[in-house]
Amino acid sequence: MMDLLKEPWPWYIAGPLIGLMVPLLLLIGGKPFGISANLRHLCAAAVPSGIPLFTYDWRREGGWNLLFALGILIGGLLAAAVLLPSGYAVAISDATQRDLRALGLHDLSGLIPRELFGWESLASRRGWLTLGLGGFLVGFGARWAGGCTSGHAIFGLSTLQVPSAIAVLGFFAGGLLMTHVLLPFLF
Amino acid sequence: MTNRHTTLAPATNPATLDPRGGIVRARVLYVTTGVLLGIVFVKSEVLSWYRIQEMFRFHSADMYLVIASALAVAALSVQLLQRLGIRTLDGELIAIRPKEMTPLGTRYWMGGTLFGLGWGLLGACPGPIFALIGAGMTSMFVAMLSALIGTWLYGVFQSRLPH
Repeated sequence: MMDLLKEPWPWYIAGPLIGLMVPLLLLIGGKPFGISANLRHLCAAAVPSGIPLFTYDWRREGGWNLLFALGILIGGLLAAAVLLPSGYAVAISDATQRDLRALGLHDLSGLIPRELFGWESLASRRGWLTLGLGGFLVGFGARWAGGCTSGHAIFGLSTLQVPSAIAVLGFFAGGLLMTHVLLPFLF
Repeated sequence: MTNRHTTLAPATNPATLDPRGGIVRARVLYVTTGVLLGIVFVKSEVLSWYRIQEMFRFHSADMYLVIASALAVAALSVQLLQRLGIRTLDGELIAIRPKEMTPLGTRYWMGGTLFGLGWGLLGACPGPIFALIGAGMTSMFVAMLSALIGTWLYGVFQSRLPH
């Protein structure tokens, strides 16, 4: 059983479990599945600065969502501590490995590449692009679009909302543009 | 319909008899569902920068199958909840607030594309950022801080951006 849990979970386990988040949150308190709103709640809690977007009762509106995010963090901690074997590497396809080496990455071990996400990467341009610019665009874009992958791609699409379909097309347009056109120049 | 409504009268609901208990129960459940999602993010590797790169390069169908099966399960269960008229644990009706369409949907495609550019770089959306921090990838705090700055600056420019 433990061995089975330590293997990576296939899509037909992971996908349905992610999908179940939607009815679970609706059942617990009628809440829409979404995570990026937490960034807004954190801004409202820390630096509202009189900005309309951050002037609201964040405890009342966002308390549940922050607890949910805290749970995700704890889940990540538990899974990494108990369910990941040491020396873990993500088994990506040969084609992807070739592409990533061509981008100048040497070490393809771990959950995420050390050359981009190790603290020492902050001394490099690539590290700042990934953690700095990447994070910035995720935060700015999610709020502008009114949601992220969970709020639009899972919750919005599953409840048949046209705005979410437009946003998801944007997510993939941006991701493909970055991966295929911009990354070779930036890295 | 009226009959069903009276049988679901609030007095029979434990959360209404003891509002405090109901609130605590809901809080515990929000954290618990989050824990489940965090574990799934790690174990399915969807929080991995490698997997996102593989997805955008069309080298594996896995991520697309994760999204498709998540959507199928979510859509079916929402239909089921609504057709059966199931209520929340507090006995409230489940209402799904529609996302507001704008005349040209500008905020959705512009914001979405910007988000996608970031997703292609960082390889993580907000949920996985939390899970990665939990999993000990502490540099993700920097990504989180950058995302907060992005969110905050959107708030500053909100009225001047097209929506």
